[in-house]
Amino acid sequence: MTSLNYDDIGDIVEIVTSVREESHDVERPLRIIKLDRRQFLKMTGAVGGGLMLSFGASKSMAVTKPGAFQPNGYVKIDDSGIVLYAKNPEIGQGVKTSLPMIVAEELDAAWEDVTVEQSRIDQAAYGMQFAGGSTAIPMNWEALRRAGATARLMLIEAAAKRWNVGSDSLTTERSHVVHTSSGRKASYLELATEAATIPVPSADSVKLKDAKDFQILGKRVTGVDNEALMRGQPLFGIDQTVPGMKYAVYQKCPAIGGKVKSANLDEIKAMPGINDAFVLEGNNNAAELLPGVAIVADNTWAAFQAKRALKIEWEETQASTDSWSHAIEEAERLRHESGPRVVDTGNVDTAFENSVKQASGFYRYAFASHAQLEPQNCTASFTDGKLELWAPTQTPGSAIMSAANVVGIQPTSVTLHQTRCGGGFGRRLYNDFTCEAAAIAKQAGVPVKLQWTREDDMAYDLYRAGGFHQMHGSVDEAGKITGWRDRFITFTNDGNRPVSGGGISRGVFPGGLLENVRVEQSALEWKNRCAAWRAPGSNVFAFVVGSFLHELAHTAGRDHLDVLLEVLGEPRQLGPRGMHTGRAAEVVRVAAKEAGWGRDLGEGRGMGVAFYYSHAGHIAEVAEVSVSEDKKVKVHKVTVAADVGPIVNMSGAENQVQGSVVDGLSTMFNLAVSFENGRVQQRNFDKYSMLRMPSAPEIDVHFVKSDYPPTGLGEPAFPPLAPAVYNAIFEATGHRARTMPISEEGFSLA
Amino acid sequence: MNIKINGETRDLGELDPETPLLWVLRDELNLVGAKYGCGISQCGACTILVDNVAVKSCSYPVASVGEASVTTIEGLADANGELSALQKAWVDLDVAQCGYCQSGQVMAAEALLRSNPNPSDDEIDRAMASNICRCGTYIRIRNAVKTAAGQLATEE
Repeated sequence: MTSLNYDDIGDIVEIVTSVREESHDVERPLRIIKLDRRQFLKMTGAVGGGLMLSFGASKSMAVTKPGAFQPNGYVKIDDSGIVLYAKNPEIGQGVKTSLPMIVAEELDAAWEDVTVEQSRIDQAAYGMQFAGGSTAIPMNWEALRRAGATARLMLIEAAAKRWNVGSDSLTTERSHVVHTSSGRKASYLELATEAATIPVPSADSVKLKDAKDFQILGKRVTGVDNEALMRGQPLFGIDQTVPGMKYAVYQKCPAIGGKVKSANLDEIKAMPGINDAFVLEGNNNAAELLPGVAIVADNTWAAFQAKRALKIEWEETQASTDSWSHAIEEAERLRHESGPRVVDTGNVDTAFENSVKQASGFYRYAFASHAQLEPQNCTASFTDGKLELWAPTQTPGSAIMSAANVVGIQPTSVTLHQTRCGGGFGRRLYNDFTCEAAAIAKQAGVPVKLQWTREDDMAYDLYRAGGFHQMHGSVDEAGKITGWRDRFITFTNDGNRPVSGGGISRGVFPGGLLENVRVEQSALEWKNRCAAWRAPGSNVFAFVVGSFLHELAHTAGRDHLDVLLEVLGEPRQLGPRGMHTGRAAEVVRVAAKEAGWGRDLGEGRGMGVAFYYSHAGHIAEVAEVSVSEDKKVKVHKVTVAADVGPIVNMSGAENQVQGSVVDGLSTMFNLAVSFENGRVQQRNFDKYSMLRMPSAPEIDVHFVKSDYPPTGLGEPAFPPLAPAVYNAIFEATGHRARTMPISEEGFSLA
Repeated sequence: MNIKINGETRDLGELDPETPLLWVLRDELNLVGAKYGCGISQCGACTILVDNVAVKSCSYPVASVGEASVTTIEGLADANGELSALQKAWVDLDVAQCGYCQSGQVMAAEALLRSNPNPSDDEIDRAMASNICRCGTYIRIRNAVKTAAGQLATEE
């Protein structure tokens, strides 16, 4: 039997970045370009396939009243009510509500009778527990339905015993078992003690509901924490307190890889409200503990003041000298040279030779920071060789492993309390902040809440990598696209493979759709860490390929919608994890129709369309914009059509799509971090300008009814936004913008 | 030092008068509804009311409060714990995604409606432009403000 180990961050990142896409094995050919001229070119060995460790899951169960009915990790019923456990971290994607809805549906509980609690972290009971890759619904759909249905069956058996009737004469409705012929009725709460004595039936004896009988799934349900949020309850990591707790900050080298040479620790310790200040050496693992100076204080403000007063001399011989401007210069040179081919189908050279018209364009996108609104923090208590963490993490399992490693104890000696997360977007897949809190708590000998400042959060992010694409394509006499070449220049952290989210595989659009496709891939060496950022890879590739497809349609003198539908072609499934072109074409048609594609928009106004398949979601978006003389862009409306299978929570699903559109606009217009001498140039929201309410467009969301298995929605509505808007701007102005953020070409949001 | 907050007077003891009100609320008074997001009045996650005016508590020294009354999200419900019209609208319309900014959003909206009970769309946009929602829930925030102001039916 294959067991799932969630203790290796590599496993999760793999799931997050490659879920349901084509295999990434093909992206290995890579030319590495050294940007740092201080050192000799050195190819490092493979660092993938991290050490696989397993750890004994905690046997501890939640405190349970005697007689409580708890058939599995998801359901607990006693005379005080029905509790459903949400297994995965809530980062704003809505799983604390949607996952228990699935259980409640099959349990046949009335939703208003249900209380939802965050589950403990327990691999034996729950399997992998993490937030990433839009996977919560597809990975848990079946198991959660069975968990609810199993509990329901046992409640029926309990009632059958009590009333001495056959269980097949019983039905359930709204948290009750009903014997229709006698009119008898008992609530689940009344039956809990007896149900607890019923043996758990085998999984295959449990019958699941027919979709037409769903009472909860597909409805609009408000988030289970919404009222607590409105009352200011302590839900988030930053809200946690433990007795005797102190407040900590941690200062690392502004250029990653630097070490502490000396620091004014005595001065700091003499400041009011300061308890302690010390150097941590780090453990040579940038994903765990970088070197730095820790300060422990009576309150957050004293800690922040002391952090400002720190004078640290850094030893920077191994530190980053990354320079974005230098990377741009290198890419400008490299775009004229061919690189190793990672995708090469048909014959691109022949296609170009035989073509009637060709087009080319050089696309560029900047690095971006996650900027989840709750800056990283973690509360840690280390006593008697045991570590307790309160952490807003997306990967609690690997947080436990890493923290255990850092403080030198067994993972079984670590307890992690999962908190709500103030945004994730991929940043909290990585547990450097939990490791720091653990190390500081151990050294200080008191429980601490470590708080990063916003400036820390932006300077020590694992960024969405920038990138460059020299595109070239051809069309024939009929205006059909015949050849497609993408000369891709990406980044590498390990000198061996592209950064996470920065590698193209053959599944990337239009791979599998056009006959002659070539992708070449080179990588610039880069020290600042890059990693998963909402819809990794897709979030930037969609911009490039969705825009260039429009360039080719324009070159052919054809309507973009016609060309897009022609490229998608006949309905078919492209590989086991690839898109279904029929589903793709359907969402394109629905979005176009609902947006009124083809109507006369008048001068200065344009409409653009884009489709992208990611995270198993088929999504098309149409943007309608007008652009003023001074390049102010008013986005009037974005129309979205999505096929993600059946919808679990209609309110949550719609919210994810609306939010993805806003996030997409925010990112394409303004979000960029740059680096000089290894240092991040943007450290707070004054230089990293997120979209605000006046720029939020009307968003019209349509879910295509679909009988395919349900898939996740935290990410796939993000990628199509940028190309749809870039294409609309071209239609409105005739200007082809090829830089993201588009503010770098002088455009701004009205 | 004393401070009037949510209808009570609280004794703060000895305190650096320059401490931002946000950290007094969070660390000293255990009122954690107001959130830290940027520390430079950019994101609005820390928005609270001083008298009836929206204030970024991350950049507002506690000493500046003086005799004024501070209201935080914890003080919006009535004496029986019944949520205010704004809070109810936020729950009914399922505004939040991660929810981290929403306390600040509600307080910014509260300040708006106290000074202008029937704001136009433009007035809502302008008042709420001081607050960032990283998850992008602006459309629902706008609808929730309008619902609380009685401009939209409460049914979705």
